[in-house]
Amino acid sequence: MTDGATGASLRPPTVRSGLAAPATTVDRKVVAGFVALAGAGALAPVLPAYPLTLLTQAAIIAVLAMSLDVLLGYTGLPSLGHAAYFGIAAYTVAILATERQIGLAGCLVAALLLATATAAVFGVLAIRATGTYFLMITLALGMVVWGLAFRWVSMTKGDNGIAGVPRPELGLPWSLAAPLPFFYFALGAAALAWGAMGVLVRSPFGLGLKGIRESESRMRALGYNVWLHKYLAFVISGFFAAFAGVLWAYYNGFVGPADVQLVTSVETLLMVALGGPGTLAGSAFGAVAIVFLKNFVSVYTKRWLLILGAVYIGVILFAPRGVLGAFSREPRGAP
Amino acid sequence: MRASVVEEASPAPAAGYALELRSVSKAFGGLRAVDDVALAVRAGERRALIGPNGAGKTTLFNLISGELPASSGTITLFGRDVTRAAAHRRAALGLARTFQITNVFPSLTVLENCLLAVQALSPVKLAMHRPLGRYADLHARARTTLEAVGLADRAGATVQHLSHGEQRQLEIALALAGRPRVLLLDEPTAGLSPAESQLMAGLIKRLDPAMTVLVIEHDMDIALEIVQHVTVLHYGRVIADGTREDVKANPLVREIYLGA
Repeated sequence: MTDGATGASLRPPTVRSGLAAPATTVDRKVVAGFVALAGAGALAPVLPAYPLTLLTQAAIIAVLAMSLDVLLGYTGLPSLGHAAYFGIAAYTVAILATERQIGLAGCLVAALLLATATAAVFGVLAIRATGTYFLMITLALGMVVWGLAFRWVSMTKGDNGIAGVPRPELGLPWSLAAPLPFFYFALGAAALAWGAMGVLVRSPFGLGLKGIRESESRMRALGYNVWLHKYLAFVISGFFAAFAGVLWAYYNGFVGPADVQLVTSVETLLMVALGGPGTLAGSAFGAVAIVFLKNFVSVYTKRWLLILGAVYIGVILFAPRGVLGAFSREPRGAP
Repeated sequence: MRASVVEEASPAPAAGYALELRSVSKAFGGLRAVDDVALAVRAGERRALIGPNGAGKTTLFNLISGELPASSGTITLFGRDVTRAAAHRRAALGLARTFQITNVFPSLTVLENCLLAVQALSPVKLAMHRPLGRYADLHARARTTLEAVGLADRAGATVQHLSHGEQRQLEIALALAGRPRVLLLDEPTAGLSPAESQLMAGLIKRLDPAMTVLVIEHDMDIALEIVQHVTVLHYGRVIADGTREDVKANPLVREIYLGA
């Protein structure tokens, strides 16, 4: 420390007027998110079938990426098993909708309950660990779910997967079987999830998550039960991943082991890293980018994972805070 | 009925000590970093913990705050045994601490740092259905705390852009925000210029007189200015304990610590 720079920094305690007002300025990333939502909604009716399908897929996967961001970007917990909750929910919907003809409400509740309960059990096992160990445990737990999907043939039809999941009937004049109404359904659901997670990360609980990301020892000294905070974040994150899984089962009409495999978890992790961990809009952007890139690139080559790896290395080297992080200048700071 | 009367009468804090350590030890493998330490601090007392580098002062703070478990001995806070209690439970009983190496939340703003500290001891910390901006009372308390340490005009700045001196002020602000009854200050003037150290000493002297303060301080002039009582640690053991005059006059202390 140099005396000249900080000699006057320790100020005598005086009551000062003109305090900064509580942050009322709307986050630019939130504005960008709203613009993107409105833009997608306005553009959808004139889009050809294939881009519309991709856009629907992107809206659903964006929910999955944002749910992981609550854990990775806000709490600092890198999970490699996030496809588990997504997949369990998707399988629940597929099984209930095809074998028992249960409607949207029943499937939604059952899928969210089962997947969130799984996250609640897995969380007990995983939260004690940190860093690489957390990564390994979540990876192992994810593999358990993948193994079940693959081997429990009587329930999951194994490698064949479950086909023919019917789109839900909502009693609306538009059938969700058509691409455009289902796109609006998915977009609305994604907007709802974004809003709910947006409130969560801005709530007192959400600030606690950021505190844990920055310093666990200080959080403990302040009086936080750090374990409980992390555990709740883990379960909530699983809940929103499950919500994405429900949408996915209806969107795709097919659920198979590929939905719960490691590659799905890794891709989700890369979406968050690409878009910018710690910003929900950023991870949604990452999800949209990866979904479109994957589908366009795979037209030309089978080596999609190679391209994805290259993109990831590029992001780590040139924009470690993600694409949105690289473009957003520090809004506050040095005087 | 009778049972309740007995219950009311019995939990009188042991001899009015805010903090009491009985033969507390901490061993790291073969090294006894804290060795059979006894310490009794009365409510409202100001006490300095001094000793050469490696004497076990910070380890002792980590045992008191619950960051590390004690190998043996008992620690009581206002008569309650907290030896096995987690750090956050001790904080809930009114214990707060600062860190020798600044331990704040660098990528959050000063105000957010303070809000984290303000909400820490309230059930609001688990609320997830409303944005934090709606909790006007939390903001008011955070601002009051920042004003008390002279950081109010830096509320919107990101902590990593603060000067070292300002970060030390924030370190204290975080500890004060929960209105603690026992405050552990680990070298509050570490890295500060002499002028800044004087301001920090003034800040500590102005703290609520009812607050019990235990401070680790290398600068003897500062330490003796803030406290009445001094405990001297050497190789993990208490070698002197008493008023500042007693300790200053103690020949053993002069030999080991003051190098006279």
